[in-house]
Amino acid sequence: MEPQDISRRNFLRQATWSGAALTLAAYMPANGSTLPEIVNPVMDEYLPGTALMSWISIDPAGKVTLMCNRSEMGQGTFQALPQMLAEELEVSMDDVQIAFAPANPEKYGPQPQEGSFSVRGWAPRLLRAGACAREMLIAVASAEWGVPQRECYAENGAVWHKPTMKKLPYGALVEKAAGLQPPAEVTLKKRADYKIIGKPAPRKDIPLKTNGSAIFGLDKKLPGMKYAVIERSKRFRETVKRFDDSAARKIPGVSHVLKVKRPVFSQYCEGVAVVADSLWAAIQGRKVLKVEWDAPDFEPAGTASLEKQMRENLGKIESQAGFEHEYQRCKQQLEASYETPYQSHSCMEPLNCIADVRSDRIEIWGPVQEANWIQADLSQRFNIPIERVTVHMTFLGGGFGRKGFPDYPYEAALISKEIQAPVQVVWTREDDMTAGPFRPGAFYTLKGGLDTQARIHAFQAKTATQWIGQDWSPAPPGPPDAASYNKGNFEGLLPPYRQGIPHFSFGGAGTHSPIPVMWWRSVSASTNGFACESFIDELAHLAGADPLAFRRAHLPNARYQALIDRMAELTGWNSRAQNSGWGAAFTECFTGICGHAVKVARHADGKVRIEKVVALMDCGWYVNPDIIRAQVEGSIVMALGAATIHATTFEDGKAVQQNFDTYPMPRIADIPPIEVHIMENDEKPGGVGEPGLPPFAPALANAIFDLTGQRIRRLPFSLDDIR
Amino acid sequence: MPSYQLSVNGKAYTVEADEQMPLLWVIRDLIGLTGTKYGCGIAQCGACTVHLSGAPVRSCSFPVSAVGEQPVTTIEGLSEDNSHPVQRAWIAEQVPQCGYCQSGQIMSAVALLAGNVNPDDEAINAAMNGNICRCGTYPRIRKAIKTAASYSH
Repeated sequence: MEPQDISRRNFLRQATWSGAALTLAAYMPANGSTLPEIVNPVMDEYLPGTALMSWISIDPAGKVTLMCNRSEMGQGTFQALPQMLAEELEVSMDDVQIAFAPANPEKYGPQPQEGSFSVRGWAPRLLRAGACAREMLIAVASAEWGVPQRECYAENGAVWHKPTMKKLPYGALVEKAAGLQPPAEVTLKKRADYKIIGKPAPRKDIPLKTNGSAIFGLDKKLPGMKYAVIERSKRFRETVKRFDDSAARKIPGVSHVLKVKRPVFSQYCEGVAVVADSLWAAIQGRKVLKVEWDAPDFEPAGTASLEKQMRENLGKIESQAGFEHEYQRCKQQLEASYETPYQSHSCMEPLNCIADVRSDRIEIWGPVQEANWIQADLSQRFNIPIERVTVHMTFLGGGFGRKGFPDYPYEAALISKEIQAPVQVVWTREDDMTAGPFRPGAFYTLKGGLDTQARIHAFQAKTATQWIGQDWSPAPPGPPDAASYNKGNFEGLLPPYRQGIPHFSFGGAGTHSPIPVMWWRSVSASTNGFACESFIDELAHLAGADPLAFRRAHLPNARYQALIDRMAELTGWNSRAQNSGWGAAFTECFTGICGHAVKVARHADGKVRIEKVVALMDCGWYVNPDIIRAQVEGSIVMALGAATIHATTFEDGKAVQQNFDTYPMPRIADIPPIEVHIMENDEKPGGVGEPGLPPFAPALANAIFDLTGQRIRRLPFSLDDIR
Repeated sequence: MPSYQLSVNGKAYTVEADEQMPLLWVIRDLIGLTGTKYGCGIAQCGACTVHLSGAPVRSCSFPVSAVGEQPVTTIEGLSEDNSHPVQRAWIAEQVPQCGYCQSGQIMSAVALLAGNVNPDDEAINAAMNGNICRCGTYPRIRKAIKTAASYSH
């Protein structure tokens, strides 16, 4: 398979939604060759002042409002997207305000928050939009003055006439400018001339998050709003047989108890909702609700049986033609298996959503990653025209992929429709942690052969996991469907090495289970990276080569070589002592390339601890270096948890871990010093929010091997167990 | 339902609530201050941290009936304009990402600095280990606490 330049998740969406409102074309990156439908010279309730473009509004006093058309879940879009507009518009970020755009693909373009796509996907379009707006304002000013446009320039929210230094502020120009057609051609600024892009401009959402005023989904209230909590089966896909709500209805404030359902891929999951005037009353009602469940005909999933299935499936995958011959010819051969667990997203803000459903319209408020998808999904399921489905984004208390799934808005809408009032559905932490969808665990068998020069001659990767796509269209019975599986699951697995290794074989097997699975920060790369970069390290050891030099020899791409060389510099790699506990790994996903080097040491108490992490991100052209550093720091912490602290396991068809007591998180005392460096180059903008995660686990495992000789091939592991 | 007199951020409130109702829901849903967050409900994550007489408590697991006369301070009570030194330090170090846990982080840090004007790493670990941040802002939290400490020197 050739590496794809589009998000695999979008590909999956398209594959499932063919014929529906969302198409692949709508999710393709804007290529900058066409302008968005941006002329909208009408007042919009969300835009104070005159809307010059979909994203830009200026009031007569010159106050600029820039729209953030994608959700903000911590990754910095709220800052980074307007920074691009402001740069070309020639306004200071200090003078703009930012508003969330409601779901409106015609006006704001597609709004899914996934695939580390915000900057890399939107840069061409937003830069052009800002530049068009600037040129329209210049055109009006030059006409007012009766001077050629080329004698005018824009700076700091005003148009200036260079020869006379006359100026007109944007507020005085905007109404006329809004009546113009945007120019077909605009000249974008040179990178060297940027005032805002490339600078660590402070995030405008941060002051809202330090005084308690940021409105997250759970903080939003509507007049007359009810609260609901839902008793859902802890087993996946059980149905409600009957329920006894007599005690629940006696709790003061409880108004309704009703059966509900939630679409999870191609299935519905059922539950019983307790609706009350306050959240507390709803929680009390739920405590005394009695529900009996009907288990449909499936084997209750357990981690032991899942793992057995994955190991068996690995054995069934056949090598691609000719591979075995090349492998057998190798002077040295190595085979190793790697195992990674299921994980929960566990955003700090548990799932929640407000719905207000009327006979002819739906309004949603909530922490959502996929405003357009929710809009289309609810329109279809409730048979309401899409233009009458409004989805408002609040701040998200974390997302990591989970809030990109439209199940919880549907559930809220269903209840609102039944009780004919706005309702906020609140998931408890236990609800959030046990319902999934989860990141699937993935098991691997890798084989590599070295030639007489100790170079990799043949490389094979076999993977067994639950493929996310299989839950939309369940695979036919029979042997694992390697062909369809192979379409999407190799994100983050070896693409940079493919140029440097002569013979490859890939194979995958879908594992079937009722456990719902979905994308989790960095998706398949979060597990693929561990297997691949651990195994490359094993091959380097087999070859008797330095791990960085070995990688460099197999990565002919100049960009990778520069990355590896810079990492060697930053870590003093070539002057480090033998077996001093350094390990490194490099992965690529969503067009961002990241390397981590981890240093471990044995403390006086005999325990191995992480001393330092050096991260090096190559995301090409970038907007805000401080947001990049923050994202990489956060990715490392998240990866540290997934590698050494927590996992979701299943017994009797249920997730075992229900809250942070059994699914512990990394805490401040667990965090080693982290340095983040950014490569400076003129490559296209790459992903940032996810690519910083996958290299951590293999870099740590490689560091432990370097220090102790012990190979980590299964996650999670405890640092306390390293001898 | 019993009635309780509470002092929150220097203002007096009378609320009617079940005696077992956690202070968190009283603050959020009865008084309407939503800066204090629900994260786990079992005092494991610290998102709900408020001060009772200046000491940090996990309001999700603290029944309203146990508050008594003790004054309650929430994130909103530090300052609305972000002028509190810890808020200033949080902005200076650009700590929050999603921001959901940060009210609790800040309340824990304020309590730490009230008792230790110059906390070292060990003191920071001890005081802040009850607060989870899923975005992983811990390195910046550590830095911001030291920055806040430097403001008073």
